[in-house]
Amino acid sequence: MENRITDPEKACLIEREFEADDTCLPEVLAFLEEELERHDAGPKQMMALSLALEEAFVNVAHYAYENMPQGKAWVSLSFEGDQVFITLKDQGMEFDPLANKDPDITASAEDRQIGGLGIFMIKKSTDSCSYKRENGYNILTMTKTIR
Amino acid sequence: MEINKILNDKTCTIELTGRLDTLTSPQLEEALKEVPADVEKLVLDLKTLEYVSSAGLRVFLNAQKSMMNKGEMILRNVNDEIMEVLSMTGFTQILTIEKD
Repeated sequence: MENRITDPEKACLIEREFEADDTCLPEVLAFLEEELERHDAGPKQMMALSLALEEAFVNVAHYAYENMPQGKAWVSLSFEGDQVFITLKDQGMEFDPLANKDPDITASAEDRQIGGLGIFMIKKSTDSCSYKRENGYNILTMTKTIR
Repeated sequence: MEINKILNDKTCTIELTGRLDTLTSPQLEEALKEVPADVEKLVLDLKTLEYVSSAGLRVFLNAQKSMMNKGEMILRNVNDEIMEVLSMTGFTQILTIEKD
């Protein structure tokens, strides 16, 4: 299911629904990368945003609907000028990924903990990100300048 | 993702092609399990690797840990995009990256 609202004057919003299952990851990233390419995003920005969306989507796929029937996740992309706003929504358990403590990225290889790295990568590879819980949805929005 | 393994005496080179992500990193994990125990130098050649996410970094870290007591692990042909991911996560400090 896809909705596309295009106002040639400024913003363009596209939303697509996915099964919240990690096997849908290639579809999710193909959707993102296709749209970023259409909007002339640079290669580094594309890589960074794919990373951010992968980490966020896989989190939802693995944890949001635990002990619940398999749910959905919605990805919407909004382009405004040089910026993209990526929003990921799910109806799973309330969870604010941004509230997690950042991992210690200066620890030695022996002491390095891998947990929390995905969320840290979301923060580092976007310009800003925010979370809200609204009407039973977890809503994560990530923003980045793409050129 | 494609994984190409070349064994030469005590050096094992693994060439990675494509995307190392949540879905494909278990393949690399399996390939690493099959590296003979007497290998002293493990080279991951990333020349044709396009993408790596935290799941891939986890596999790099585990490989590094398992090589630490018996030799070394080297990342070869790291492109700019992947280098950015490695430095963002502090992995440039704990992994050995070969200079061109």
